[in-house]
Amino acid sequence: MVSIVESAVIDAPVDEVWRVLRDFNGHLAWHPAIATSRIEDGLPGDAVGAVRCFTLKQGGMLREQLLVLDDRRHELTYCLLEGPLPLFDYVATVRLRPVTDGNATFWQWRSTFRPPLERKDEMVGLVRDGIYRAGFRGLADHLGVRARPALSQGPMMQPSPVSKPATALSSPSVRPLLATSTREAEAIVVERHGGPEVLVAKTIAVPDPGPGEVLLRHTAIGVNFIDVYCRTGYFDLLKPPGIPGMEAAGRIEAVGSGVTALRPGERVGYACPPVGAYATMRVMQPDLVVRLPDTIDDETAAAGLLKGMAASFLLHDVHRVEPGEVVVVHAAAGGVGSLLTQWASALGARVVATVSTDAKAAIPREGGAEVVVVRRREDFVAVVRDLTGGRGASVVFDAIGRDSFHQSIDALAQRGHLVSYGQASGPVGSWDIGAFASKSLRISRPNYGHYTGTPDDLAVQSSRFFSALEKGLVRMATPTRFRLSQAAEAHASLEAGVTTGSLILVP
Amino acid sequence: MSKVYRSAVIDAPAAEVWRVVRDFNALPAWTPFVADSRIEQNQPSDKIGCVRNFRLKDGGQIRERLLALSDYDMSCTYSILESPMGVENYVAILSLTPVTDGNRTFAEWQAEFDAPAGREEALTHEIGTGVFEAGLVALKGRFRR
Repeated sequence: MVSIVESAVIDAPVDEVWRVLRDFNGHLAWHPAIATSRIEDGLPGDAVGAVRCFTLKQGGMLREQLLVLDDRRHELTYCLLEGPLPLFDYVATVRLRPVTDGNATFWQWRSTFRPPLERKDEMVGLVRDGIYRAGFRGLADHLGVRARPALSQGPMMQPSPVSKPATALSSPSVRPLLATSTREAEAIVVERHGGPEVLVAKTIAVPDPGPGEVLLRHTAIGVNFIDVYCRTGYFDLLKPPGIPGMEAAGRIEAVGSGVTALRPGERVGYACPPVGAYATMRVMQPDLVVRLPDTIDDETAAAGLLKGMAASFLLHDVHRVEPGEVVVVHAAAGGVGSLLTQWASALGARVVATVSTDAKAAIPREGGAEVVVVRRREDFVAVVRDLTGGRGASVVFDAIGRDSFHQSIDALAQRGHLVSYGQASGPVGSWDIGAFASKSLRISRPNYGHYTGTPDDLAVQSSRFFSALEKGLVRMATPTRFRLSQAAEAHASLEAGVTTGSLILVP
Repeated sequence: MSKVYRSAVIDAPAAEVWRVVRDFNALPAWTPFVADSRIEQNQPSDKIGCVRNFRLKDGGQIRERLLALSDYDMSCTYSILESPMGVENYVAILSLTPVTDGNRTFAEWQAEFDAPAGREEALTHEIGTGVFEAGLVALKGRFRR
């Protein structure tokens, strides 16, 4: 537990300083780090128990709850409920005392919290300089008085980036991979769980397709975040040594006995387990692959099948989006998010798209979103309320998870629908479903495998996606190409968050 | 019950100011209104319960008992045993708090007491201005930098 105590003298009477500070929502007016702020549930800013939900100019949304407000002692105490930084058990107290000599105010701001050991200095510096010292100066400026001497400008909040959402997949067994046989293929093998460096190019033997199997020759291979999870061992879909990858396009090279639906030479694609796509060839179950229409090129299919089919069932089966509906799409510059934005807009919905940074705002804007909200500095709940005359959105597509779940519920209208299809920021935790009765909310937690798991489902979702591409309802940005042998580089780029759009490997 | 409160900002680190004011026998050294002072029964001036017996420059004699001394909070609490002011149940606290902005000191001096009927206002003013304020102003002057 660390403790921070900072104090300053403000050249204004204590009543005047207290009048500003006692408003729990007032920091927007005087603290230089605050971009937006509101009190949840319509409570007044001096109600003990009130929660302020605010965003920082440098990005990041926080929620803090007022625990103590004391007009006699000029003290208030509050705690942090959630935020982008590891300030665990953060409790802070603001205390004012009159300086009778000169009619000024002594202001003490103190807190205790638990930072991770390795980030202790960083967190202490940030709270002390970015919040308290900056606040002293901000309030003095706000009141048009001095806080002597001039305070040094400290670093502001630097929230950690939100990683990209991963679509949930079911987890079937991993087939034995390095079997002995006649054909040779180039493959990327995960020798052990670890960083991108564990992706090693190898020549492997590929067996002939057995009864009821097909042999595929890949032309383009999709790179998804789930591949990273398989590589690191976070998902239990790959046991080293094994070949990662769950999305690819190519041609049927050979078919096993009893396979009649597909013939050698046909163009196909797939997006599902089992892993094994990072290879020039693989054996696959024929009912897991779809034929590619002539209008869809291999690279588009490899880059877009998984995301496209996910967008397809999210917008048609999980929630049937209707014209005029207000739809919130989080992480709208991401793979699935950008498709949801385009497709829902094309279906006539009014899309409120949220992105983490300004740099990503152009993607949903071009995709047809009516409003784009930069989450790190804007409050999308307020934006949705403004847009809907206070009613709220009819559906929120949320793959961020922990960091957005509460606000997503807040943003919904009565009988609204929260579609939680990922949890890039962490699990959403336990919720008492009784609380959803306050707005008659519906919550969906779809699993990709349950909407694309049968040949019939696969046919419905893939043809709907292909048709949307053909009609121009959605467009796929040109994917970033890497050689198959550069898979480690592709993973490093994906994890660094430096890419937009899809990544593919080309044999 | 009457209350008096005075406070000031002293342009020196709190530890330095505390070194001066924590000595319960040092009033002559830093206040302008005390002529001389001794601790009764030859006790150390930081022994809780000790009594300081001091004479004001205007001739009044006062005895005060040390009730609490905190080197952690930098505060000193005492009561009046005898004084020419005629106050009852008088307890005062002198405390220092660091002002991290500028490495200065926020000094507070406050008291609660019962005054004889009709004397509340005069005593509140006398103690607030003549004692606390005068003492704090002297501290400020002493540490002016």
